[in-house]
Amino acid sequence: MEGVSVNHFVVLSILLFAAGMFCVITRRNALGILMGIELILNSANINYVAFARYGGSGYDGQIFAIFVIMLAAAEAAIGLAIVLGIYQTFETIDVDATDRLRG
Amino acid sequence: MPITEAVFYLLATFTVACALGVALSNNIMYSAFALMGTLMGVAGTFVMLGADFLGVVQLLVYVGGILVLTIFAVMLTHRIADVNVSNRAVGRPLAVLLVGAVGWWMIKVGTTASWVVKESGTPAPTTYGIGTAFLTDYVLPYEIASLVLLVALIGAVVVSRKEIQG
Repeated sequence: MEGVSVNHFVVLSILLFAAGMFCVITRRNALGILMGIELILNSANINYVAFARYGGSGYDGQIFAIFVIMLAAAEAAIGLAIVLGIYQTFETIDVDATDRLRG
Repeated sequence: MPITEAVFYLLATFTVACALGVALSNNIMYSAFALMGTLMGVAGTFVMLGADFLGVVQLLVYVGGILVLTIFAVMLTHRIADVNVSNRAVGRPLAVLLVGAVGWWMIKVGTTASWVVKESGTPAPTTYGIGTAFLTDYVLPYEIASLVLLVALIGAVVVSRKEIQG
């Protein structure tokens, strides 16, 4: 791939990471925070695949990216179940309002 | 401009614009659909990097699974009437400062570091190699991953069901 170097993909992943970090910091909706975490995981995956392509390390980077996707699926299932549980207890998913461990 | 560069900049602009939509939108539904755009852009980036299998996995698992789950959760936790201002955000000026500082520093490192780059011939289909690696070198992590998924699914069912009295 002439013209597009590994730096291009690193910068793309940094921009995605910055957007995800901004989302996690500013959101007060639990689902918005989970979406920011998905953005951060995707930026890490872009780095894995880009360095697997340009670093000549075979399939290792892509396999790690598959594990990250798998863990993201597990995290989404558990996280959304917890969010639904919070909603049943507090009638809201604003993380500022949910300040009791035992409802 | 060569065609690869044009495709890369198109994909990158689309992905980053959708990511900004996720981070800045006032409506949680708009955020969810912008997340779909970001995930598809990342899948396109994977395909551009020669990872065809990973791009399809990204589409199947993220867009077909996680995103649908997220939209279900959004619809279950919001009364449709007040969906308009559903995505409260606080402390934006401070967050811009913090994220700007961290991002500027990371971009400085990312663009000036001299990465070790090898000659990376033409992309070949990766499915065979990934499948072989999963069943030889990575067979233990693979089995542990399936166990983790099973535990996560059972845990999600246990956490989200209603308690049955008696």
